[in-house]
Amino acid sequence: MFEQIATSFISAILIENFVLVRFLGICPFLGVSKSLSTATGMGGAVVFVMALSSAITWLTQYYILEPLGIEFLQTLTFILVIAALVQLVELILKKTSRVLYNSLGVYLPLITTNCAILAVCIINIQKGFDFINAVLYGTFAGMGFTLAIVLFAGIRERMELFSDIPENLRGFPISLIAASLVSLAFFGFQGLVK
Amino acid sequence: MNEIILSTIILGLMGIVFGAGLAVASKIFAVEENELAVKVRALLPGANCGACGYPGCDNLAAAIVDGTARVFDCPVSNEAVVSQIAEILGVQVKNTVREVARVLCSGNCEVSSNKFLYDGIKDCSAVTQIFGGFKSCYYGCLGFGNCQKACPFGAINLDKGIAIVDENKCKACGLCVKACPKMLITMVPVNKRYLVFCKSKDKGATTKKYCTVGCIGCTRCVKACAYNAITMEGPLSKIDPCLCTNCGECEKVCPTHSIVKISEK
Repeated sequence: MFEQIATSFISAILIENFVLVRFLGICPFLGVSKSLSTATGMGGAVVFVMALSSAITWLTQYYILEPLGIEFLQTLTFILVIAALVQLVELILKKTSRVLYNSLGVYLPLITTNCAILAVCIINIQKGFDFINAVLYGTFAGMGFTLAIVLFAGIRERMELFSDIPENLRGFPISLIAASLVSLAFFGFQGLVK
Repeated sequence: MNEIILSTIILGLMGIVFGAGLAVASKIFAVEENELAVKVRALLPGANCGACGYPGCDNLAAAIVDGTARVFDCPVSNEAVVSQIAEILGVQVKNTVREVARVLCSGNCEVSSNKFLYDGIKDCSAVTQIFGGFKSCYYGCLGFGNCQKACPFGAINLDKGIAIVDENKCKACGLCVKACPKMLITMVPVNKRYLVFCKSKDKGATTKKYCTVGCIGCTRCVKACAYNAITMEGPLSKIDPCLCTNCGECEKVCPTHSIVKISEK
């Protein structure tokens, strides 16, 4: 059991990192990585939403779609479920925990329809995880996203301040180059777990 | 056929359930908006220009009410608005002088020379990358109006190849300051009427060759100023608006007319 969780942890964060290896959720990865503080906020929100939606979509798949034999509606239903869930969570957060809402709130609507979230839910089903493993995988995948975005935000902050970048490459061009280099580095983790 | 009907029903049901659930939740978890923030927001200009550093007027209003922003942090709002906001919040503001943006170059096409003909993208930043621009003077206004495009209030006009700020329309948001690749635009209190309209760091002789209204660093204005408001920054003189008394002595002695009185409209 422990071994399985550890494997899932390492593979979700390093080997199959959602952003850097699977290339999912690139939009927030580039959009919200200008400073470390927003990147950590975004990462926190993604972990939260991924774990929650893993749980709820697992239930949807095995208690609604499969008994009725309409698994082909998976993608559509998952998007609907995730969007509704995130809306609900946002409402509840706003009322109950102002602190948490202020740190996560702005990012929540951004990730309702993010492909990374949908991907984690579908991968959960494809890999045939049970409920606990699905939620754990969702959490780990979110942590992988956080790791990637925080690393990259750090790189971008340093680049802005210290690097002598050619004028034509300033801003997004150099960010894209940097992102591809980080991604290449992560490919070095391939084959870490058999 | 059955599948189509079944999936329609299921999805429809889910949609209805979620919709109803969210509607109920939004009633249960409704948060009252801060009344003060709403009032402050109504007073702010609503242009969402972002010049205050917040994403929009709503955020600034919330920040002002929280106390994280100051009542005069909206660079666009005038004194009347600031005092109204202060009144709502029950605080006092001291009088502040309105600032306006000034383009510190008067080298229009009649008085300055060009080093080559430029026929490319009409954008100051683009032309700056080619040998620093087509003007002989490296520091001069290129007149393609990046500042004009940046100005959300239409306060900048282009005249004979240089940008001129209309002080009545300028709201001091500072967006043009950031837009100018030559860094020619500065914010100056509106009541200071004398400025050195030149940013050239070339030597006097070179400046004179390039432009007849450039500051040649003769230091006559420094000696003429009775209030020590003018200092030399290398070959360029600069008037400190805090010390300037609008006496106009500097304009009289300036041989190249780079110091001019800004006429009131």
